[in-house]
Amino acid sequence: MAKTARTFRIRRYDPAEDAAPSYREYVIDVPEGMTVLEALIRIQAEQDGTLAFRYACRGAVCGSCAMAIDGVVRLACRTQVRGLEGETVTVDPLPNLEVVKDLVVDMDSFFEKDFAVEPWLQPAEPAPERERPVSPDDWTEAEPYTNCILCASCHGVCPVAARDPEYLGPAALAKHYRFLADARDGAGEKRLKLVDSEAGVWGCDVVWSCSKICPKGVRPTKGILATRERVKP
Amino acid sequence: MPEITRHDVLVIGGGLAGLRAAVAIHDAGHDVAVLSKVYPIRSHSGAAQGGVNASLGNHPEGHDDSWEKHAFDTIKGSDYLADQPRAEILAQDAPARVIEMEHWGAYFSRFPDGRIAQRPFGGAGFPRTCYAADRTGHQLLHTLWEQCIKRGITFLNEWFITRFVTSGGRVVGAVAMHVPSGELAAFGADATVLAGGGYGRVFAKTTNAYINTGSATAAAYIAGARLEDAEFVQFHPTTLFGTNILISEGVRGEGGHLANAEGNRFMDRYAPSVMELAPRDIVARAIQTEIDEGRGFEGGYVHLDIRHLGADVIMSRLPGIRQIAMDFAGVDPIETPIPVQPGQHYSMGGLSCDEDGATDVPGLLACGECSCVSVHGSNRLGGNSLLETLVFGKRAGDRAAGLVGGGSASDGALSAALEDARRSIAALKSRGGRERQDAVRREMQSVMTEKVGLFREERPLAGAVDAIAGLKERHRNVSLANTGEPFNYDLIDTLELGGMLELAHVTAAGALARTESRGSHWRTDHPARNDDDWLKHTMATHVEGGEPAIGYEDVIITSYEPMERKY
Ligand SMILES: Cc1cc2nc3c(=O)[nH]c(=O)nc-3n(C[C@H](O)[C@H](O)[C@H](O)COP(=O)(O)OP(=O)(O)OC[C@H]3O[C@@H](n4cnc5c(N)ncnc54)[C@H](O)[C@@H]3O)c2cc1C
Ligand code: FES
Repeated sequence: MAKTARTFRIRRYDPAEDAAPSYREYVIDVPEGMTVLEALIRIQAEQDGTLAFRYACRGAVCGSCAMAIDGVVRLACRTQVRGLEGETVTVDPLPNLEVVKDLVVDMDSFFEKDFAVEPWLQPAEPAPERERPVSPDDWTEAEPYTNCILCASCHGVCPVAARDPEYLGPAALAKHYRFLADARDGAGEKRLKLVDSEAGVWGCDVVWSCSKICPKGVRPTKGILATRERVKP
Repeated sequence: MPEITRHDVLVIGGGLAGLRAAVAIHDAGHDVAVLSKVYPIRSHSGAAQGGVNASLGNHPEGHDDSWEKHAFDTIKGSDYLADQPRAEILAQDAPARVIEMEHWGAYFSRFPDGRIAQRPFGGAGFPRTCYAADRTGHQLLHTLWEQCIKRGITFLNEWFITRFVTSGGRVVGAVAMHVPSGELAAFGADATVLAGGGYGRVFAKTTNAYINTGSATAAAYIAGARLEDAEFVQFHPTTLFGTNILISEGVRGEGGHLANAEGNRFMDRYAPSVMELAPRDIVARAIQTEIDEGRGFEGGYVHLDIRHLGADVIMSRLPGIRQIAMDFAGVDPIETPIPVQPGQHYSMGGLSCDEDGATDVPGLLACGECSCVSVHGSNRLGGNSLLETLVFGKRAGDRAAGLVGGGSASDGALSAALEDARRSIAALKSRGGRERQDAVRREMQSVMTEKVGLFREERPLAGAVDAIAGLKERHRNVSLANTGEPFNYDLIDTLELGGMLELAHVTAAGALARTESRGSHWRTDHPARNDDDWLKHTMATHVEGGEPAIGYEDVIITSYEPMERKY
């Protein structure tokens, strides 16, 4: 199997030790099929055990590994190194969240925003003995939003999140719409109040960057616009 | 984090089993903390695709389904190694657990009449697998996590457990390391529930996540809990060549063909009547035979071809699979066959426990894939393991709640264990030498895949047991390249490897001892099931510094006499 060497230029930063972030370079052989995540694991195992990044599934389902690869936010495990152009691959942490170390960012603040939209079903009626029926037509509206894996890619490319730390952000607002549009939910009015603000649906610039970047095809902007329609008297 | 923290119950593992247990404990009015080495939603439960079984009878062809039929299918599928009253509990509790998930918000697919959709699955007499498109695990995991958030349950995220704390023969908590900081702390509890998941990474080729190492399971084994039936390992026939990401059975269900490098549809030689739709173990062995006999492609794979289905069918029914093939193998199945090979998929064995999760060690409960209740016996049916996490997660949680107030440890036991853990990590960090954990790990993985895989035989198995013992020795000499504190994966990987070697040892030793073929365990030198000698569970006890001590226990047989497993 043909192998080619590639240089990885990785942003390193340990807030406890370093005054400022800096780039460090590693050269590794990249066999056919190697993903950026595999490359990082190899670098960590063979060249620099201090390199920090998160991963779990390696199959683009768990949402652990969003980062900026050659300036584009993507899941490292889903990105083929050989699919990237150029001799050097530059890897930066996901933007708009505080760096904990190297490629690891603070997810707690991101999850807090998710929790703020009360992401659990709040039906108006007590539970029946069997399932609550949902017609396939009603089912369709919320379904795409249930596919969010909370990888925060959208948050990393959102211009509003970049300038306003109070903004709930595309992931939380998409999750909000997932429950608002759920035919079984009965908390519509209360839910709308949670996001009827500049930190909520009115903060969005409607530039669709989140919707373009989502690895799972979720379109937060669409949900935000639909929520705005409902908030309007 | 203070050095010692206490909760009524400590749950280790934030996958489906752990979260379901936590909800039960909270709802019983107790204080529970969920400790997990990754954020709960990153757990491997989220990767499950196909669905979860319950005899709801929603399918037009499923009206006559019942929990009794579900129980029978499970027992037959287990090749009669399941403990029958427990398989009955699994089937009996299933509808309530699945409906409850729906009430909590899980977004199941629906039939036109609005009820939860169900699909047929291998080994089941009726279509009883409830699903949410091909993302069932994701839907269930996020829903349960949200239910925990709603309840205000405490989460200890990115804490990695290194050992259990015992006092007077009882588990009274655990010592864990905070991954981001490297800090060690002890957590005391009246009861500890372990839901640490599977350990597919003991093998080289597995559908499991990188994090599925079983290190917490090994820690429980070292603390005195016995491991049951570890030799029963399910291999999935079609995993993507390269990454071994799962290519679901649904692809063959839709009409996919398997072809070897000579272009032949070889299943006609193994299962001429059902071809590609033969049971998982038969298809897996067929593919492996083709590869072993030189009719595979270079590197060891065959083709799963769906080109004849046409672009429309592929795009509408198998979009997720197409995406996986394009992202991870660089092939578009509309134009090119998918390269596939068998891979480890599921561990039927685990920590021996009863129907309420109680292990051999007082104070320690287990549930989910890390446990062995046993409901899957020697072969798990698709859709039964997500179900297991919900049914037995709840039951273990209820039992743990009942143990609250039954006495927890003194600070002394906890701080002594913490000190001991600190000392051993300091010793590891200061150890010299050239042995590296990843080299030892790779060797273990290839030994397990080559010698304890789909085809097993006395000599290679004996070789594997010896090789693992040798690797354990080498592991004792591993030194670290990184001796720092934050995110020290070199340290964590080294600690995990110690646990993985314990599990590998038990798996290989159990497989060597079991001179019969049953379910997933296929001995080429003993190709028949032998109920006279082997209708029994393997029980392994940890022996410090030595071979696992292997014993046996009877299978609990109540309603169904063992028959030949024919489909
Ligand atoms: C690709 C794939 C598809 C599948 N599809 C299906 C399906 O369609 N239907 C079905 O029924 N089953 C399916 N299964 C099986 C099923 O998904 C699993 O058996 C089940 O989800 C396991 O859940 P769990 O809660 O026991 O473990 P997991 O979800 O794996 O969770 C384990 C938890 O333990 C934690 N942990 C482990 N070790 C430590 C430690 N040392 N310290 C701290 N925390 C630790 C982890 O962080 C994690 O939170 C599939 C499996 C795979 C691999
Ligand atoms: S490792 Fe799970 S999404 Fe990349």
